[in-house]
Amino acid sequence: MPEAVKIHIHDLHKSFGSKVVLDGVNVDVVPAESLVIIGGSGTGKSVLLKHIIGLLKPDSGTVEVDGQAVEKLGNRQITEFRRKFGMAFQEGALFDSMTVWQNVAFPLQRLTKMSRGEIGDRVEECLTMVRLEGVGEKLPSQLSGGMRRRVGFARAVAHQPEILLFDEPTTGLDPITTALIDEVILDLSDRLKTTSVTITHDMESAFRIGDRIAMLHQGKIIAEAPPEEFRRLDDPRVQQFIHGRADGPLSEETPARGPRDSKDETGSTNEGEPAGAGARELERS
Amino acid sequence: MTLPHPVEGFFEEMGRFFQLVGRIFAWTPRPPYDFRELFRQMVKVGVDSVPVVFLTALFTGMVLALQTFSVLNRFKAQDFVGSLVALSMVRELSAVLSGLIVAGRAGSAMGAELGTMRVTEQIDALEVMATDPVHYLAVPRVWASTIMLPLLVIMGNGVGILGGYLVAVVLMGANPVSYLDRTFQFMDLNDLVSGVVKASVFGFLLAAIGCQQGFYTTGGAEGVGRSTTAAVVVASIAILISDFFLTRLLF
Ligand SMILES: Nc1ncnc2c1ncn2[C@@H]1O[C@H](COP(=O)(O)OP(=O)(O)O)[C@@H](O)[C@H]1O
Ligand SMILES: [Mg+2]
Repeated sequence: MPEAVKIHIHDLHKSFGSKVVLDGVNVDVVPAESLVIIGGSGTGKSVLLKHIIGLLKPDSGTVEVDGQAVEKLGNRQITEFRRKFGMAFQEGALFDSMTVWQNVAFPLQRLTKMSRGEIGDRVEECLTMVRLEGVGEKLPSQLSGGMRRRVGFARAVAHQPEILLFDEPTTGLDPITTALIDEVILDLSDRLKTTSVTITHDMESAFRIGDRIAMLHQGKIIAEAPPEEFRRLDDPRVQQFIHGRADGPLSEETPARGPRDSKDETGSTNEGEPAGAGARELERS
Repeated sequence: MTLPHPVEGFFEEMGRFFQLVGRIFAWTPRPPYDFRELFRQMVKVGVDSVPVVFLTALFTGMVLALQTFSVLNRFKAQDFVGSLVALSMVRELSAVLSGLIVAGRAGSAMGAELGTMRVTEQIDALEVMATDPVHYLAVPRVWASTIMLPLLVIMGNGVGILGGYLVAVVLMGANPVSYLDRTFQFMDLNDLVSGVVKASVFGFLLAAIGCQQGFYTTGGAEGVGRSTTAAVVVASIAILISDFFLTRLLF
């Protein structure tokens, strides 16, 4: 493996029960690069992101970060390992027993040696950055979905980690706030040389923030290129996704799932469950 | 090797339970110590359960007095109602009933709270921020419950004896002085200690089971409902079964 690779994913396989989600994913991210991952709902983008930070363990294949195999880390090592990361979850995953302020302060208290005063300043700074000044004392349940997502974003970047993982940071946000979040992501990689992996459905965002765009489809990375090149790829699946067309190869391939799986998916109507979340994304976009 | 589904599920649950218990003990001595959270949980498990434990113990003591009075009367042994009420409460009923009630109140709340945190990815978020969920969530809950249940049981002992006294003296016209004499005549420290030891084991069990059910929740809101129910059912069964073995062991 060459020196200049920050995240190295090789032949990653992952199934849940009989359902194959990742079927041999290969992708590398170099330091200070911003990689954008696109793909339909329920194709396993969130699952892929969770492998990078060791929340899920691969069935086979490897994920290496700074040359360290994530799945081989022990319980205590993984705690240390995660200090380099910040992650924003798809639904925010804010601690609902804590205020917004406490949520953003949490990684600072846990992961840095900052004083109380410094933490206070940093929290204010982060909330201002996502245009949420003045909501610090609110509880997550008092915020809209988009606001929660922005708090989750602020919490992920607060301790200025080396690597940032964003799971749909702008889904459901208005275009202006989306542009604002994109600016922050760009600024972080320019100024702090942060390496980032961002999942998005928003092609405009993808072209704006990505140094490279990769498309996940049926468990594999089917295309991978810098934005300008990506836009011109011949692959009809890529073209259909970029232009958001209802008809095309992607729509025809969809029913390739087993009957049991489709039952599972319609059966779940709940918050937070991956399949349910996928269904809600569809409604939104 | 293939086992029938329920059997396999049982061993899987047991494995998870002992793994969680191991992790709770491994994490407990490690800093940072979150005394504030421990205290908050002690209030939630203990102080908030005082009214319902009080009522249960009071009426159990009263019913015991009624029942033993009518039975012992047949042997002309009604003088011993006080002894029977006190020994039954202290050795057995106070601990088991408090355990079952706190399992229903606090154990289920733990299952629901941690289950919600699991399905909304809050537990993943904790892990991502280099915070072990067992350390952060299970350790304070389990020790709070282990500490508070014996205190509830000591209160329950007193209240149960009071209930028995009220029924025997006020309703049945027993002699107050000799009733109280009988109450403490046959009781020794061992009786009290065994009740308290049982209580702390029950407290540990119900909290650890509540946390386990929460941590292993899958399937959204419906799953949280399942975990909440399982937290109560599994903890109640665990309390009743372990009560038998503890009684064998402690006497
Ligand atoms: N923990 C899990 N247990 C079982 N199935 C899961 C789990 N996480 C994800 N899945 C399934 O994996 C598939 C991909 O999910 P996900 O990565 O969330 O998709 P998306 O690309 O929309 O982020 C979905 O069908 C989902 O139901
Ligand atoms: Mg997702």
